[in-house]
Amino acid sequence: MPAAAAIPAVADTIVPGGASRSLRHESAAMHVQGSASYIDDLPEPRGTLHLVPGLSTRAHARVLSMDLSAVRQAEGVVGVYTAADIPGDNQISPVGKGDEPLLATDLVAFYGQPLFVVAATTRGAARRAARLARVEYEDLPAILNVAQAREAGSPMVWRPMEMKRGDAQAGLAHAPRRLSGRMTVGGQEHFYLEGQIALARPGEEGEMHVISSTQHPTETQHMVAHVLDRPSNLITTEVRRMGGGFGGKETQANACACLAALVADRTGRAAKMRLDRDDDMTMTGKRHDFVIDYDVGFTDEGRIVAVDMVLAARCGWSADLSGPVIDRALFHADNAYFYPDVRLRSEPLRTNTQSNTAYRGFGGPQGIVAAERVIEEVAFATGLDPLEVRLRNVYGTHDRNVTPYNMVVEDSITHDLLPQLARRCHYAQRREAARAFNAGSRHLRRGIAITPVKFGISFTATHYNQAGALVHVYTDGSVQVNHGGTEMGQGLHTKMVQVVMRELGLGTDRVRITATTTGKVPNTSATAASSGADLNGMAVLDAVRRIKRRLVEFAAAHWNVGEDEVRFLPDGVHVGQKVIAFAHLTRQAYFARISMSANGFYKTPKISWNGDTGQGRPFYYFAYGAACSEVIVDLLTGEMKIERVDILHDAGESLNPVLDIGQIEGGFVQGAGWLTCEELVWDGAGRLRTHAPSTYKIPACSDRPRVFNVDLLENAPNREHTIFRSKAVGEPPFVHGVSVLQAISDALASLDGYRTCPRLDAPATPEMILRTVERMRNGPLPAA
Amino acid sequence: MRHTIRFYVGDECHTLAHTPPTRTLLDWLREEQGRTGTKEGCNEGDCGACTVLVVRLEGDRLVWRAVNACIQFVCMLDGAQVLTIEDIRAPDGTLHPVQQAMVDHHGSQCGFCTPGFVMSMVAGRKAAGLAQDERGIDDMLAGNLCRCTGYAPIVRAMRHAMEAGPDHFDAMAQDMAARLERLRDGATVEISGPTGSLSIPATVDGLAATMQEHPDARIVAGATDVGLWVTKGLRVLPHVVSIGQIPELRRIEHRPDGLYVGAAVTWQEARAALADVLPQPDEEVFRRIGSVQVRNAGTVCGNIANGSPIGDGPPVLIAAGARLHLRRGDVRRSMALEDFFIDYGKQDRAPDEFVEGVTIPVPGPDTAIRAWKVSKRFDQDISAILGAFSLTLAPDGRIADIRIAFGGMAATPRRASHTEAAMRGRIWDEPTLEAARAAMAMDFAPISDMRASDWYRRTVAANLLTRLYADCGPEGARAPISVQAACTGRGEHAHG
Repeated sequence: MPAAAAIPAVADTIVPGGASRSLRHESAAMHVQGSASYIDDLPEPRGTLHLVPGLSTRAHARVLSMDLSAVRQAEGVVGVYTAADIPGDNQISPVGKGDEPLLATDLVAFYGQPLFVVAATTRGAARRAARLARVEYEDLPAILNVAQAREAGSPMVWRPMEMKRGDAQAGLAHAPRRLSGRMTVGGQEHFYLEGQIALARPGEEGEMHVISSTQHPTETQHMVAHVLDRPSNLITTEVRRMGGGFGGKETQANACACLAALVADRTGRAAKMRLDRDDDMTMTGKRHDFVIDYDVGFTDEGRIVAVDMVLAARCGWSADLSGPVIDRALFHADNAYFYPDVRLRSEPLRTNTQSNTAYRGFGGPQGIVAAERVIEEVAFATGLDPLEVRLRNVYGTHDRNVTPYNMVVEDSITHDLLPQLARRCHYAQRREAARAFNAGSRHLRRGIAITPVKFGISFTATHYNQAGALVHVYTDGSVQVNHGGTEMGQGLHTKMVQVVMRELGLGTDRVRITATTTGKVPNTSATAASSGADLNGMAVLDAVRRIKRRLVEFAAAHWNVGEDEVRFLPDGVHVGQKVIAFAHLTRQAYFARISMSANGFYKTPKISWNGDTGQGRPFYYFAYGAACSEVIVDLLTGEMKIERVDILHDAGESLNPVLDIGQIEGGFVQGAGWLTCEELVWDGAGRLRTHAPSTYKIPACSDRPRVFNVDLLENAPNREHTIFRSKAVGEPPFVHGVSVLQAISDALASLDGYRTCPRLDAPATPEMILRTVERMRNGPLPAA
Repeated sequence: MRHTIRFYVGDECHTLAHTPPTRTLLDWLREEQGRTGTKEGCNEGDCGACTVLVVRLEGDRLVWRAVNACIQFVCMLDGAQVLTIEDIRAPDGTLHPVQQAMVDHHGSQCGFCTPGFVMSMVAGRKAAGLAQDERGIDDMLAGNLCRCTGYAPIVRAMRHAMEAGPDHFDAMAQDMAARLERLRDGATVEISGPTGSLSIPATVDGLAATMQEHPDARIVAGATDVGLWVTKGLRVLPHVVSIGQIPELRRIEHRPDGLYVGAAVTWQEARAALADVLPQPDEEVFRRIGSVQVRNAGTVCGNIANGSPIGDGPPVLIAAGARLHLRRGDVRRSMALEDFFIDYGKQDRAPDEFVEGVTIPVPGPDTAIRAWKVSKRFDQDISAILGAFSLTLAPDGRIADIRIAFGGMAATPRRASHTEAAMRGRIWDEPTLEAARAAMAMDFAPISDMRASDWYRRTVAANLLTRLYADCGPEGARAPISVQAACTGRGEHAHG
């Protein structure tokens, strides 16, 4: 960072649309005209082959034989490839565990595992051919869920973690009151609208150019290199934009990219693999579902004194990112609350299902949903308003401020945020109104709840917290910016353009973002963990300030003014008393042989984490927010509607308020979907039965809250020195959906006069709600 | 007799002689026409990313319909003009008001679903005029999924787009009508080639003859079901008979014995007449069948003919006492709709026989019709269970007649005859309700699947009787009886 630090911020007037101001998405006009190109829209190179995978139809089995002759002979088929055709490593474990073959060989470990890939002249021909394979299996016992995994001796994909401070057992034993319970939380399909896709084009002497819908181009590059047994310098990965990612393309994009590259390498022809939605949902990993056992000690005043929790997750057949995902669930099992004595343990369980993976929040939401259940239990046990219980347990600023992983929370604002939102949305009055309504309503019940979020920002794998950028200023004063982050709709590219605009005083028309490519910025991290703008923004700033530094030096010397008299403002470059066009400056600088291209680099300061000792500071800072949801529930059918939602969210000094509000609105609805209508169902054979939007229901337009008020917390610059004091905003708002689950629970609690915790599990589908109603009225039901 | 199909895409007229009969419009647009603005999200008509507009001249009126291109066969477009996202800008390059509003209100994030939304919004403006409430917007966009925005900015954009006044298509209407008029020749179309055969009969007599000649041919009206056999089942249909534009089959008529709906009448076209004949609060079921795109293609009779146990139409029509009309050559027969469904996937229809129409009797003034769909998601979902009731009360409070039909409870849509027997002739009071609830257990033994467990289906089936009692009981409905009704009673908050 030396170059960035050496230059003081000189722009005292922010150009319209520059960083910290609203600016519409850089592709908005293209989106609405259908002219924004996704990979399948690109003109295909001559002779492009279309690939379709052949998937296993057993959850766990030995492959006795695989007869692909009918596949090979099918019309239009050019080739069929199996693991035997892979020149390098048949291995795409993203964490180096070696437990994830690209194509299965003698063993299949889940229903939907790719066994072979068909290449044909048309996609239709490939799809028809792939179904002609005859595979003989010998079934092996399959472990499909957490309960079965525990019965089978708890096989794990990753080391379990134990996080503790104080003595939870002693704390529980001495607590005035104590209760324990279990919560189950379902998984979630990403349902990015653009499915997994990659287009590979072979080049000279083993070069391979892969256009991939990936959140992690560098990893995709490395995987292709390993599979083809090539050095990385022969492989280039490129992504202009994704049609949604949400974590589902952090590692799960690699299979398509590697298979496309494999076929391109074998045939010398371009090869494209675009998964059909059913294959996509059947093959790829999802959000982890959890079973969480909690034991909590508390006082009559609703103060938590000790917590002991076990968080067990269905990880699927391979490790993928399950280790860090489950760890992050532990990191967030406190949400915004101080647990004096605490022990948190994880069980990352191996199962014969899709390998669960990153998904917006990365385990954090599952930890938080458990924390909020514990709060709810304490509230119903003590008869207090859950909001009051929350306020009595939130982190303090000077004491009661140490997390279970021994990090001091320096920036806590929950104690202020919760009451502020409660006042704004008239929580207390509406709670009373809901109770009055319920007293007079036989079949419909209203519920309301307010929940906070505290979300840790940084990759817990410290080395991921770095980023690079490459900025070119051309002689005509136009600027091209590249960085290691990827655009999946979140507006990262827009924000990066805004950083340049603000620094150089330029309008949007002067700053162009290009596709992310490993050929321009190498060794990048996944665009994940909400870190895209934080990391890449600082790298872009570093690059642009390096160039700016040179331009300032040149201008000062050329026009004979002091360096502090050169300023880049919206009306042009101020050089002493005169104002010149930026293009004039760059032309003069070119003639003076000044370099106007620079790399930028950034690494997050202050952080460190030792997973073995459970010590350190894994997060640079926390992002905060609070949400209040009101729902109405039908006790006859379990149907539910979200009537009103109010959100107050902390984006620091927002880099772009309209984009951040978009992240909050979208994140909330996605989070609410996870906890309500989105249900993954596997049958007894391990086959996913909800493998398309006909059976897997993400929220539709009418599921959005009828009244939906979203505000950014004002005058709240990040205490840490982030890019223009902003805060990350990708994942934290997802957690606001938890308020919906709690509001439904509040509605159901009316069934017994708010005396017991309904223990509503997620997803709260109509059936789950009706089962909870039945249980509260008549005791436990037989299992579903 | 014509041996080509003819239609416009944008301003260009296409005459096709060799397109396979099940070639989907989406694949044809993307792979052969390079119109890649139309996206594939699911290839089964559920996400709306492939939404296009199909404009037809009906009488002298231009009708604009949003449909899912992924489950439309190209051959079904004979005589129409297709507009894709590439055609939506004004000729001078300015954005359509819908596009501009989507930009101004940040209605796109990843942008992949956006072209489909824009098409639905353009169609919604055409279909609904400029006066739509919030609920109308929900209905208009129910068939378009967005995973990024949470819909709020899209709805804001739609509100503004509706206030934007006429668009450039209004000025082009005469030219479009004239162009489509020139395609109208009333000809029967027959295409036969190595990739299959296509028949588009011009008359019902022609259809009857075609079916007698080719009993194995597959009749397609809207393809909202058959489309999936092709896109997901990869089935080859050697001979497709497209009936969507046969004038006699497109009739909606009020006849002495009730409302007659011809076999090619779509749900969208029938909706107003059905809501009129079978009035229910909030049009509950008819507006929740599929989505706009599905209702614009799928037909009332297709929903019957495919025999699905979870079709939303049959239970309602059975409860209402509908009769189905079939034709085989020159021989016609009619039957009570419930008798058509024999077993799972088995209907009372000979291979060369076809559904010609359905008649729905008009209920008397003392009859209340109610139908409730229960699904995981409110819109664009398949019923876990659908209960339909036709309740006739005598002046003395007795149940003069009751017809109850359920979808999702058995291998076919079926009446609840034990429950009906427990109610018929009794005073409609709480003991009768309890007796009816108990009888329901004898009527059905539903299955468990990804939509719901058998426990849920049984419980909700009985609970819908309780809802019927709350709504149409002796005291009448004193309060909203569903979460939807309760929810829409409240106004939009002024903020943001």
